[in-house]
Amino acid sequence: MTNVLQVESVSIRFGGVQALTDVNFSVGKGEIVGLIGPNGAGKTTLLRIIAGVLAPDTGRVMLDGQNVTRLPTAARIAKGLAITHQIVRPFRSMTVLENTALAAGHKITANPLTAIFHWRRAAENSRAAAILAKVGLGGMEDRAVSALPLGHLKRLEVARALAVDPSVIILDEPLAGLNHREAEQQADTLAALNAEGLTTVLIEHNLREVMRVCKRLLVLDGGRIIADGAPAEVMADKAVREAYIGKADDHAAA
Amino acid sequence: MSLYTYSLLSIVGINIMLAVSLNMITGFCGQFSLGHGAFYGAGAYAAALCAVAGYPVPVALIAGAVVAGILGFVVGFASVRLREDFLAVTTIGVSFLFVGFVRKQHWLGAEMGISKIPGSGLGAEGNAVMILLFAAATIAFSLYLNRSWLGFAFRAVGDDEQAARTVAIPASSYKLLAFALGTAIAGLAGGLYTYFTQFIVPDSFGFILSVTLMAMVVIGGTGSTWGVVAATIILTLLPEVFRFINDYRLLIFGGLLVLVTRFAPGGLAGIVNSLTRRLRRA
Repeated sequence: MTNVLQVESVSIRFGGVQALTDVNFSVGKGEIVGLIGPNGAGKTTLLRIIAGVLAPDTGRVMLDGQNVTRLPTAARIAKGLAITHQIVRPFRSMTVLENTALAAGHKITANPLTAIFHWRRAAENSRAAAILAKVGLGGMEDRAVSALPLGHLKRLEVARALAVDPSVIILDEPLAGLNHREAEQQADTLAALNAEGLTTVLIEHNLREVMRVCKRLLVLDGGRIIADGAPAEVMADKAVREAYIGKADDHAAA
Repeated sequence: MSLYTYSLLSIVGINIMLAVSLNMITGFCGQFSLGHGAFYGAGAYAAALCAVAGYPVPVALIAGAVVAGILGFVVGFASVRLREDFLAVTTIGVSFLFVGFVRKQHWLGAEMGISKIPGSGLGAEGNAVMILLFAAATIAFSLYLNRSWLGFAFRAVGDDEQAARTVAIPASSYKLLAFALGTAIAGLAGGLYTYFTQFIVPDSFGFILSVTLMAMVVIGGTGSTWGVVAATIILTLLPEVFRFINDYRLLIFGGLLVLVTRFAPGGLAGIVNSLTRRLRRA
């Protein structure tokens, strides 16, 4: 299995806090992996390093076998990475379709001097419409994003990420804030996309849906990977249970 | 038409170029700049030096645009590193730096400025026509820009830079280009101003001018080319038509600015849009 995403010996320190220590994992083509861990485990820091918002102190990030550790975010996206934001960040001045079409035109916008000579949007608009239908936003194309409920904005994040033609998509809590039914639908959408061949990493707190959808779990705790394997095995692991529930003597002390 | 009319038309045309080009930086790309007057001045001085040295009009105008554009590109680097409010403060600094610098440079005429600049040879009427043609071209370019993918990506950068990066848009390059384009047009306007007055002094390009231009953009409707053009024409002509407005110009512009940001943040363009929407519904 070829690795689409590889994180090798990544460590980072903020002042006196060692946020990540020697994090190693790889995600193979077509996998759907859940990345879980208690609050403060380092999930967001890890995502920011993969996305290129933070540079690790040591270690490297590989995309499709290429070292991208020194590349800025936009260049990594151009190489096949897609990420969604935990707190939704739509382009507020645009409609739902425009948000997605802009991402679909990523080859044009990769260089502003190319963008200045292009104006037709028909091809990108129709591709965007197809993607919106896929994530369950069909019929919403002309809505202003300011008028959309959170459930739809969460889907728009996914639509926009799909529009950049990714080889791997990393979703930062795509189910957070959704009700039971919405979360189930969104997870189904993600599973369906994965079934079409999209490599997926799901950072999520909703264990119920993660267990249902993911075929492999990575557990981060205290900045280290403490478990990596099939969901049932991982959740049976003593270290994982302790990370989530706390050690027996922690409770005795409290 | 009288000489006075030609001179009014010329000033309107130059102000349109300045306000519309500032709108490309602030309205389209979301980068708040309070130093636009400095780039206008840089263009005027570059063109004046060329004209005095005997170069033909097109060379002087291009020199104005290029010098201002390069300066804008350099100042644009501040926008790559700074948050919006700090960028505003930095561009205020640029505005004062420019005037302070030019005042002390003997090769730029210092406080006395540059006088006896050779004319364009087109006469007052020809100058006005040339300026209005450039103003029309600036408006056309701005309208095109807004429809192009460049304008599309500018809006994304203005809305949310970090989100723009996650759809593969190199936000920093876009901001630099917005600055370079907008300031180059301001420099071209400076060159035209040089031929229009044939006499320039540093204080014509100071902070008050930069703030006035920002007022035109905000009152017209940040991001709307036609709104900015309308506001520029109104705000340029009002003080000429009503003398008393000229006496209280800063007071009235400042008051309008406060009223617009408080009650109609979309400016003139926003007001017209909501009126037409209401009429269509009725």
